[in-house]
Amino acid sequence: MKRSLALAMLLVASLASSARAANEADYKAAYAAAEAASREAAGMRNQWTVTVSALAAARKAADGGDFDRAVAAAREAEALAKASIFQATSEKEAWKAMEIR
Amino acid sequence: MKQRAAILLGSAFVALAALVLVATRVVAADKVDPVADAKAFQNFFFQKFPNVKHEDFVNGPYSMNEDMKRQWQEKEEFPPYEFALDAGKEMFATPFKNGKTYADCFPNGGIGIRQNYPYFDEKEGKVVTLELALNRCREANGEAPYSYVKDEMASLTAYMAYTSRGKPMEIKIPDDPRALAAYENGKRYFYTRRGQLNFSCASCHVQSPGERIRAETLAPALGILNAMPIYRSEWSGMGTTSRRFVTCNSQTRAVPLEPQSDEYRDVEYFLSYVANGLPISGPGARP
Repeated sequence: MKRSLALAMLLVASLASSARAANEADYKAAYAAAEAASREAAGMRNQWTVTVSALAAARKAADGGDFDRAVAAAREAEALAKASIFQATSEKEAWKAMEIR
Repeated sequence: MKQRAAILLGSAFVALAALVLVATRVVAADKVDPVADAKAFQNFFFQKFPNVKHEDFVNGPYSMNEDMKRQWQEKEEFPPYEFALDAGKEMFATPFKNGKTYADCFPNGGIGIRQNYPYFDEKEGKVVTLELALNRCREANGEAPYSYVKDEMASLTAYMAYTSRGKPMEIKIPDDPRALAAYENGKRYFYTRRGQLNFSCASCHVQSPGERIRAETLAPALGILNAMPIYRSEWSGMGTTSRRFVTCNSQTRAVPLEPQSDEYRDVEYFLSYVANGLPISGPGARP
């Protein structure tokens, strides 16, 4: 019973924290992570246009005070940048599979 | 006992020989061999499209579709690139402020030399494209360089290509490890997937020539640069090789590199080399 109560409280707490409106600090942290990943991708000469757009959308939302949207866009940018880094890394060898021999 | 030792020794020798053979083959597979590459590249397209005349590959999508080819042939009577050709001819002959002209910068006065570009400059240790050479000519004569993706550059290269029409592409790779490295870098760029759509140049132009991507028929990679620069109806204007690379990258949702970056120069070197022997057909017209 006690264990069930603790689990329920944990669940409520986690839901409450995710439901909390994002603030400027959340945005800055999310944006910094996205920007770092984006810089890494650009350094590998493999930046994606959608990463750049998502970063711009994050900045625009933050400028308008909509930090929920800004954080969501920054997280999307980070995910896209990480995907482009994965692509550039795997393609270092994978391109050979496509070569006409 | 002696027999056992002999068997063991014999087995070890056979294993060693096999290892040496395998290792040699692995090394051979990784060795840069442009001649073998070009042969394999051309054979791939010749076998994939046995009914297309070899010299026709330089006509891009028109070599893949008879209806389109007929429409294009009719259009060639009043080609849409004609205005660029006239402008290019005039620009080419007009002296710079110092009295010199483009002809002073190129072998044979710049006439009939398109098929030799890009080339590997052993002094610089890099690939030099025709677009780059034209801008270097301008700068050496005190003129501002042209944009690599706009009309002036397209007009100049259109005129120079026209003076080479029908001449076989003749790209050389000197016996210089830097030239081989540039060629290999271009090949890697051509086959490397990029952008959110995860496309390489080869995804469209090797795997799917003749197929449609939205409303367009994809051109084969073989001879794709022989027709440059091109008038594209989609652009309502002329486009340089640089513009083509930039647009291809954007279409896969990759941020394009700067025009005439090392990668673009190298991929132009690779694509031109594997098209050696096919005629220059530029300037071209495309849907």
